[in-house]
Amino acid sequence: MDTLVAQLQRQFRDYTISLYHQGFLDDQFTELKKLQDECSPDFVAEVVSLFFEDCEKLIGNMARALDQTGNVDFSLVGSSVHQLKGSSSSVGAKRVKGLCVTFKECCDSQSFEGCVRCLQQVDIEYKSLKAKLQDLFNLEQQIVQAGGRIPQVDI
Amino acid sequence: MEKGFSPVGLRVLVVDDDPTWLKILEKMLKKCSYEVTTCGLAREALRLLRERKDGFDIVISDVNMPDMDGFKLLEHVGLELDLPVIMMSVDGETSRVMKGVQHGACDYLLKPIRMKELKIIWQHVLRKKLQEVRDIEGCCYDVGADWFTQAQFLGGGEDVSFGKKRKDFDFEKKLFQDESDQSSSSKKARVVWSYELHQKFVNAVNQIGCDHKAGPKKILDLMNIPWLTRENVASHLQKYRLYLSRLEKGKEIKCYSGGVKNMDSPPKDAEINSGHQSPGKSSSYAFLKATETDPKQLASASVSDPTSDVHMPPKAKKTRIGYDPPISSGVFDSRLPWNDVPDPLESKPPILYENNFLQQQPLPSQSSYVANSAPSLMQEEMKPSYVNADEFLMPQDKNSTVILQDMDLSAPFSSNATSNTESIPGSLNWELPEAHHSDSLDTDLDFSWFQGEHFFANTGLQNFQFQDYSSSTSLLSELPPHLWYGNDTLTSIP
Repeated sequence: MDTLVAQLQRQFRDYTISLYHQGFLDDQFTELKKLQDECSPDFVAEVVSLFFEDCEKLIGNMARALDQTGNVDFSLVGSSVHQLKGSSSSVGAKRVKGLCVTFKECCDSQSFEGCVRCLQQVDIEYKSLKAKLQDLFNLEQQIVQAGGRIPQVDI
Repeated sequence: MEKGFSPVGLRVLVVDDDPTWLKILEKMLKKCSYEVTTCGLAREALRLLRERKDGFDIVISDVNMPDMDGFKLLEHVGLELDLPVIMMSVDGETSRVMKGVQHGACDYLLKPIRMKELKIIWQHVLRKKLQEVRDIEGCCYDVGADWFTQAQFLGGGEDVSFGKKRKDFDFEKKLFQDESDQSSSSKKARVVWSYELHQKFVNAVNQIGCDHKAGPKKILDLMNIPWLTRENVASHLQKYRLYLSRLEKGKEIKCYSGGVKNMDSPPKDAEINSGHQSPGKSSSYAFLKATETDPKQLASASVSDPTSDVHMPPKAKKTRIGYDPPISSGVFDSRLPWNDVPDPLESKPPILYENNFLQQQPLPSQSSYVANSAPSLMQEEMKPSYVNADEFLMPQDKNSTVILQDMDLSAPFSSNATSNTESIPGSLNWELPEAHHSDSLDTDLDFSWFQGEHFFANTGLQNFQFQDYSSSTSLLSELPPHLWYGNDTLTSIP
């Protein structure tokens, strides 16, 4: 008997697993979920929002710095990249974090094209993750609304 | 949630400009039952630390911050406040780590940080306290002691304490290694200033009246220890004086000032209470601060306590426990639901001081302050004091975290600088004595460290589920069995 709840739960499970397998998320995200409890039931969602806000801000900084044609301060870009790397490590944004490594190298070698490319990729990547996590949270909400429990997914 | 142990109420200041990490770390630390304050700016952190001089036990800071370099912050904290600092970064480059070490960090954590790493940060606080206690006790490490002596005993002046920290990592390890290797000690026979010996010393000093007038010769005469030389006394006196002067400078003594004037004072609850509920200072999870007592008296009180021997009255013993292992008392005590602790005298074998009362002392939390001495004849008298210890260990005002039952559920995070604590009853799994199974001990755990600690009893210890911190980056897992009473027996000099 495949109730709505069961269906949703299955979807949730599959989707979560796929996010990990496709390298969007790593075990830090799992740790975040462990931290969520009755005292802070929306902990993960809150943290993740903070992260995406931070992304926007940092990417904005990088874009501004790279926009100073002829006078790009690569160390400034680099420091923003470093911050983004730290930030992404906090939520388990694996792909974003990976990109930061490459991005940092471009900054160190002062490669303008490299930096611009990395910036574009980072932008795409964080937005993509944002959309996926939004989907995941929506699924959670649907499950709860349908009267079910959010399953614990072991990766 | 992993089972683990961490002292409840440890006051942590987290400094990180990354709001995501700040939130996560706050949550994680609260899960460890620590009292957390967060800060997004280094300058703000410094301000907080300076304002609440005694408000924190440990600082965790990110290396990269916009307004101030994390290493600079580290320096400031180390110099001005002498707090243990842990650095964090997403960058694990060796040069950065080394820089942290050089600037005096106790540890360097890589992001993403795991719960188990945070669960053991109390060890750094413990280690620092033990160092201070070692200073105070003036126990002689002849081994490589020069730098140690200079660093530790020169009154905690800026340069020196910074210098001490700079060497913390390497030298401390070396020191401990050397200590167990007697051959590296100086040529003359070692005098180990045991509690008993030191007590005699202090009594002699007090008898003479004022330590300024007390000369080594006089003290030696009064002490009446045949094998002790004037030189021994002189060097010990020097250390003792330095210790006192540090006290007078207003340096915090992390111990109970039970107000014990001499060994023979009868137990007085009022005295104990006044000592414990030190006015004006927040009662940290473990460390109750000295009141404005006369430093000398305080010195003798706090210093004489540890030298109690089996003949000391119960009260003095109790204060001794407070002084001696302030860490352990706070550390372990607070986690026990007091109401549920069975009568320690029944459940624990009596802890007898054999040759040396420094051995096997039960965990204070297991047996409260009762069993800190206790030849069996003392145990009867100890009972009431257990009850009293019970009472004044319940923090009346500040730390609701100290007692499990009284913990409040914190409100969701609101401000940036929060100091709420969160109750997580589920995760605090104390195993009471009856429940103990020896194979529940974490096999990776290096128990020898604790067993060597003279204020921990084996029996008491085994009841707690210790986390596996052998895999941590903490250096404390490498501390040798005998921490500061390397050699407990008095060596005789023919």
